[in-house]
Amino acid sequence: MSDSSEALATHELRHHFENMEQQRGASSMGMWVFLITEIMFFGGMFMAYLAYRYEYFLAWQEGSQHMNFWIGTVNTAVLICSSLTMVLAVLAIQQGRRRLTSIMLAVTICFAIAFMVLKGMEYHEHWLAHEFPGPAFHFAGIDPRHVEMFFVLYFVMTGFHALHVLIGIGLVSTMLYMNERGHFSADYHNPIENTGLYWHFVDLIWIYLYPLLYLIGHHHVG
Amino acid sequence: MEKVISAKLYFTVWAILMCLTAATAALSYVNMGALSPVVALLIATVKGSLVVLFFMHAKYIDVKTTVLVIVAGFFWLSILLLMTMTDYITRAWS
Repeated sequence: MSDSSEALATHELRHHFENMEQQRGASSMGMWVFLITEIMFFGGMFMAYLAYRYEYFLAWQEGSQHMNFWIGTVNTAVLICSSLTMVLAVLAIQQGRRRLTSIMLAVTICFAIAFMVLKGMEYHEHWLAHEFPGPAFHFAGIDPRHVEMFFVLYFVMTGFHALHVLIGIGLVSTMLYMNERGHFSADYHNPIENTGLYWHFVDLIWIYLYPLLYLIGHHHVG
Repeated sequence: MEKVISAKLYFTVWAILMCLTAATAALSYVNMGALSPVVALLIATVKGSLVVLFFMHAKYIDVKTTVLVIVAGFFWLSILLLMTMTDYITRAWS
């Protein structure tokens, strides 16, 4: 009550919380609970990937060689850069620098769009090479049935990841809009912080998808 | 209180993440046999830990329940991965 900055932010304090600090802690914990369910969601797919890789090792090796190593590597770097700009946006709003926050959020969106464009080019390449699972799937090497299974997991895992990137673009855009409308300050910025957590989670998933899909088996080329 | 971390630390973490990405990409050209996936996943785990600890502020969380949520979540994931793989790997032993 005596804290003046707290008094300024009181209109953002929901009535069921004692103070801003408690509200912030609860908001962050709620986001983490959600992210853990997301980790479980992707965890199931990682589990399927590992189990099938163990069972059909040769087919997995064959499939890995048809990944675009360079697009995968560049996209990894793009997402790490977007994570940096996202965390800098959170830092800027913690310091009450709204203008800088908006700039950092906008740069994050640009990186995310760059990721999606590269991913789209990669999908297009696979489509033209008849590597998309289904009736048009064609693979000349050994064990095409299980190579197709590799591609099923590749498209499902990267597809769900790409969906999360799209949702992330929506969230960050919303934060940019709200920030421009003056919704956030050094005292109240839980939505930006939680959007940051979501965005870093998307990066975290890709950090594991990258070695599993693009790196393992890459050295067998040539 | 909410901990405000310096931009310098974020840039340092970013630089380490970029170097590790370059390192793991370069190492994928080296055939280390069965060690290759182990090294690639170890580097990924170091990168992931840096993201969780610094970018996601897990290192600075002051609400203990939140720390419990995170630890429990990753513990549960390790049950899923380790126990299922233990089953698959030992099936051929009998």
